[in-house]
Parts: sequence; C-alpha cells; structure tokens
Amino acid sequence: MSFLLLVPIAAPLAAAALAAVLGWRRLTSSVTVAAALSVLVSAVILSFNNRSQVRFGILNLFRTDALSITMLIVIGTVGTLATVASIGYIDAELAHGHTDAKGANLYGVLVPIFLAAMASAVLANNIGVMWVAIEATTVATAFLVGHRRTRAALEATWKYVVICSVGIALAFLGTVLLYFASLHAGASSGDALNIDVLLAHASRLDPAVTRLGAGLLLLGYGAKAGLVPFHTWLADAHSQAPAPVSALMSGVLLSVAFYALLRVKSVVDLAVGTGFLRTGLIIVGLLTLLIAASLLLVQTDFKRMLAYSSMENMGLVAVAAAAGTKLAIAALLLHVLAHGIAKSLVFLGSGQLQAAHDSTQISDVTGVLARSPMIGATFLVGLAILLGLPPFAMFASELSISRALAGAGLGWVLGAALLLVVVAFAALVRNGARMLLGPPAPGSPAIAVPRSVSAALVTGVILSLVLGLTVGPLLELFQTAASVLGGNR
Amino acid sequence: MTQATYNGVLNLAAGAFLLAAVLIVWRRELRSIVALLAWQGIALAAIPLTEGIYQHDAALIVVGVVVLLLRAVALPLLLARAVGTEPGERRESTPLVNTTTSLLITAGLTILAYAVTRPIIALDPSPSTRAVPAAFAVILIAVFVMVSRRRALSQAVGFMMLDNGIAATAFLITAGVPLIVELGASLDVLFAVLVLGLLTGHMRRTFGGTDLDQLRELRG
Repeated sequence: MSFLLLVPIAAPLAAAALAAVLGWRRLTSSVTVAAALSVLVSAVILSFNNRSQVRFGILNLFRTDALSITMLIVIGTVGTLATVASIGYIDAELAHGHTDAKGANLYGVLVPIFLAAMASAVLANNIGVMWVAIEATTVATAFLVGHRRTRAALEATWKYVVICSVGIALAFLGTVLLYFASLHAGASSGDALNIDVLLAHASRLDPAVTRLGAGLLLLGYGAKAGLVPFHTWLADAHSQAPAPVSALMSGVLLSVAFYALLRVKSVVDLAVGTGFLRTGLIIVGLLTLLIAASLLLVQTDFKRMLAYSSMENMGLVAVAAAAGTKLAIAALLLHVLAHGIAKSLVFLGSGQLQAAHDSTQISDVTGVLARSPMIGATFLVGLAILLGLPPFAMFASELSISRALAGAGLGWVLGAALLLVVVAFAALVRNGARMLLGPPAPGSPAIAVPRSVSAALVTGVILSLVLGLTVGPLLELFQTAASVLGGNR
Repeated sequence: MTQATYNGVLNLAAGAFLLAAVLIVWRRELRSIVALLAWQGIALAAIPLTEGIYQHDAALIVVGVVVLLLRAVALPLLLARAVGTEPGERRESTPLVNTTTSLLITAGLTILAYAVTRPIIALDPSPSTRAVPAAFAVILIAVFVMVSRRRALSQAVGFMMLDNGIAATAFLITAGVPLIVELGASLDVLFAVLVLGLLTGHMRRTFGGTDLDQLRELRG
C-alpha cells in the first residue's frame, strides 16, 4: 500500500515531464487531468483502507493519516475540475491572442508541478520537507500569476513572490527554532523534525523557544494562507492569475498553507498549552475577517471580490481552528472542501466572463443568467454555497463552527465573526445580483463556454449538491482527522 | 583547532556577517550592495566550516562549501546580472528613510535582536548560540531594507539577506537543519532569486524601470 502514498506526487510530476517534452496539446492536458484524478482516487482508496491508520514512506519523510487524506481529497477534487477547465480556457486564450504557444507550454508544465508540490506538502511527515513543498508552490505559481504578462499581472507577481517569500522565510525560522527545541528535548538530529517525533517529545520542548517558533510559524504560514498581516498579495495574485489557477490558489493552496499551521498547532498545543496559538489565531482570524468584509463592501472588480471572499473564509477557518475542538476541526475540514468546490465554480465562470467582456469590472457585466444560463446558473450555485445557504455544505459547516465556538466559551469571538460574515454576505448578494439578475445591457457580448469548462462546472454543481445533502463516509474521515490533531472534546 | 581559536573565528564570522548588513543599509550603489552581499555569504559559510573543522564533522564542511558556492558566488552573480546597465538603474533612488535615520534604526534593531533571542541562549548557552543575536539582527535589518527601499533589486537583496540571517541562525543554534531540508531550502531560495531576477527584467521592459513606486495599478 505504501506506493499509494507516492502516487499523488509522482503522477502530476510525470504529467509535467510529458508536458515539458510534448508541449501544450490535447494529449498532455488530458494526462494532467488524469494525474489530478489519480490524486483523488488514491486518497479515496487510502481512506477506505483502515482510515485511522498512520502510514509512513521513504525514510519516514512522508506519512498519511486521515488529515492528509482529507487534504488530498480537496486537492484532487479542485485539481480535477481546474485541469479539465484549463483545456478550454487556454485554447480560448490562445485564440484571443492573450498568450502564445510558449506561454501555453509553460502553463502545461507548471500546473501539474503546482499540484505535486501541494500533494507533497500534505503528505510530508518532516515539517522541514513540508516547508520546502509549500515554498515550492510559490515558485511554481509565480509565472502562472504573471501568465498574461500585462503591467497589472507583473505587479501582482512581484508582490506575490516578495511577500510570500518573506512570509514563508519566517516560517522557516520558526521551523529551525522547533528543531532546536526538539534536539534539546532529546530527539535525534535525523528525525527531530518529523511530526510523530515532535508529538512524542512535545511535553519536553522548551516553552519559551517553542512560543517564539510558533509565533513565527503563525505569521509565516499565515502569509501563504492569506491571513493578516501579510495578506496584501492575495487579491492581486488571485485576480490576475488565469481562472483555473485562481480556482486552485483560492480553493486549495490557501487551505494547504493552513493545513501546515494545523500540523504545527498540534505540536505547539502539547508543548505550551492551547492558549498561546488560540489567542494568536483569534487575533489574526478576526482581523482577516474585518479587512476582507470591509474590502468586499467597496469592491468593483468581480475577481477581486472572489479573492476577498477567500480571505473571509480563511479568517473563519482560523477562528474555527482557535476553538480547536473535535467538532470545530471536523467542521473546518468540511468548510475547506465545500469552499474549494464553490471557488472552482465561481472562478471558472469568472474566467469566461472576463474573456467575453475583456474586463473584470462588476459594472461591465449585466444579466449573465439571461445571456448564458450555464455560467449564470453555476455562478449562482457557487455564490449560494459561499453565502452559506442550505442545502449546501457550508451551511452545515458554518453552523457547526458557530456551535463549536459557543461550546469552547468563545461567545464574543462568535459574535464578532458572525457580524463580519453578515457584512460580507450583504456585499456578495448585492454584487452577485447586479451581475447575474436583471436584463442584460444592450450590446453585451456573447459569453462563450467551451465544452471542457461546462463539464467542470456541471460536475462541480453535482458534487456540491451531493456534499450538501449527505456528508456520508466523509464525516467519519473528518472526525478521525480531528482526533489526529488532538481535538478530543 | 583549539577552543579559543574556535570561539574567536566564530565571533569574527558573526561580526563580519552583521557588519555586512549594516554596510548594505549605508550604501546606495547597487553594485557595491551586491558585492557586500557576497562578502556576507563568505562570513555565513565560515560558520559551518569552522564548526565542521572544530567538531571533525565532514558533512558540515561539505554543507559549508555548498553554502559558499551558492551564497557567495552563484546568487550574487545572478543579482549582479540583473543590475541594469542604464546609469539611472544602478543607484537606489531617493530612499524613504535617510541614511542617518536608517543607521539609527539598524542600531535599535540590533538591540531588539538581543532581547528576542534571550530564550534561545537560555536553553543552550554554548559559544555558537551566544552569537545568535547577530544572525537575528541581520533578519530584522533585512526586513527593514525590504520595506524602506524602492528599487526592485534592493528588495531582492533584502530577501537574500533575510535568508542569510535565517541560515546563520540554523548553523549557530543547531549546526544546520537535516541535510534533505537544507538541500530543499537552498534549491527553493535559488529558484526564488531566479524568479525575482527574471521579473526585474520583465519589469524593466514593461515599465522602463524598476522603481516599485510605479506598481500602483492594483488597489483596493
């Protein structure tokens, strides 16, 4: 079974190698879809096979448990939707002259590398290797963000690379400090950064050094997860990236970075108590919610609106992690999966809207539902999920997060978070209605929808409905994942 | 190598390391900043080399040689290539904070570094750990350089200084992270600097310069 652990990393890398040799063509883009699908399939097989077991591979550098399987499911699902839609998206970009053959080839190589890096991050047992994988996502996505080579795209890429690299460098310093503490707690130098070894030595880690390291890790991985204070790159990068990449960055990459924080938190909580990171997560979570909600109110650009909605959701996830109970973590994981699918729907749709109007201004787009029922309806479903409306899964996850916060004695945090979520809700409804409903303005261009994009959108809607109606076997997986993190209340 | 020589060389390396950072704050000429960065790379590589020789640890000496090649030769060369040939591009434009204030802030940050690193020294008061405030000071100074400079290349220099500071911390307190992590991290830094170098090239072609004040299209 241990080879299954490597499929999610090896399959996308193989697809990238093929794309590097053959360039952007139907064969290579289909192989990339197959690779993304294989991430999902291996996660499902692993989860059916004794999901409470922890497996290790290659010198204990890699591991799977319920939490990494959950994250692989998120990567696989959104990765499949995004790579399917990439086929039609890139063909359209080529046809419109927004990119050339060289750009398309680069896209074909970088997207599977990006997937492989995220899979390595969630499979790493060594938190140093996890850091290397997460920094690799920054390098892989840099030229994806700047794909269009316009001034705005270049500006977004520069901010993205500089801010995320600084943030992630702080996370490395935090990792070094944990390594130092782990060595002094009696771990041997080869495996002192392994999650299982850190957990075993957690009670003997020096509290002062661990706190210093944990603070740096919160700031550093928080930067990649779009949390305050290093959040300023997010809206720029997510709005300038090609639509399928925006879906991957918003829907998966943010939560992969947050996953790293969850792993670190399980160690730090044992070493210095739950209070330290709880306080930190509440502060950054609420501030992130505040900034996201205020910027959503004044937003005039629909891709930036979606990016700030991702920030809002990461703020909520941070607050849920602060509660840290089993219910909170299980709800958080459901939230992450539902958010990933919803962001695929809205970002893929927004890519077609941008192609049709050659603009991302909300005011330029009217009557989408009447002009293109496919884009209009799927965008509407995506927004409904993000708004937390039943029957979709984010209704259940937000309700459970609220219950968990109340149960953990964080009533005032719940109150503040709810208020900000309501503000964001109002802003999304207003802007969404302006774009989707009503009669189209005269002279509105036709919205082209390539077959592959339709396929991804319809699949996304079906998945959202299924996930909303029954969490099914996933519930047990989420609960097992929550107990892996030590949330046992 | 005797204990006294070891202490002396280690402190000298840490001191030179910090001095290079202070000189980078002082200088405005991009070429000399890049040269200082190479000197800082040599001081950084001296730390694992000294420890490797003192403890007869061959692996650490190999790591030291790799660090020397990467941070004193490869990365500064990459940056030197990215420094423009136009006269206007070779100097840092009027800084946001003047030199005197910058140097005062640098002194303040160095004192702050001593305060922040107290728990680290308390846990392991060995000669190498006692030098860790110098490494932390470089980290803080690097962040200051990144926020106070306006040329794209100066930000890249700040990023590399930040990375040097973190690497020095790792060598001083734990004799380096496990080899696989060290290799992965070095590769990531190399790629990040490559990306930044390529981006400065794109920027110069698109904006006609690398003054980051021109990056003001994306707001709100």
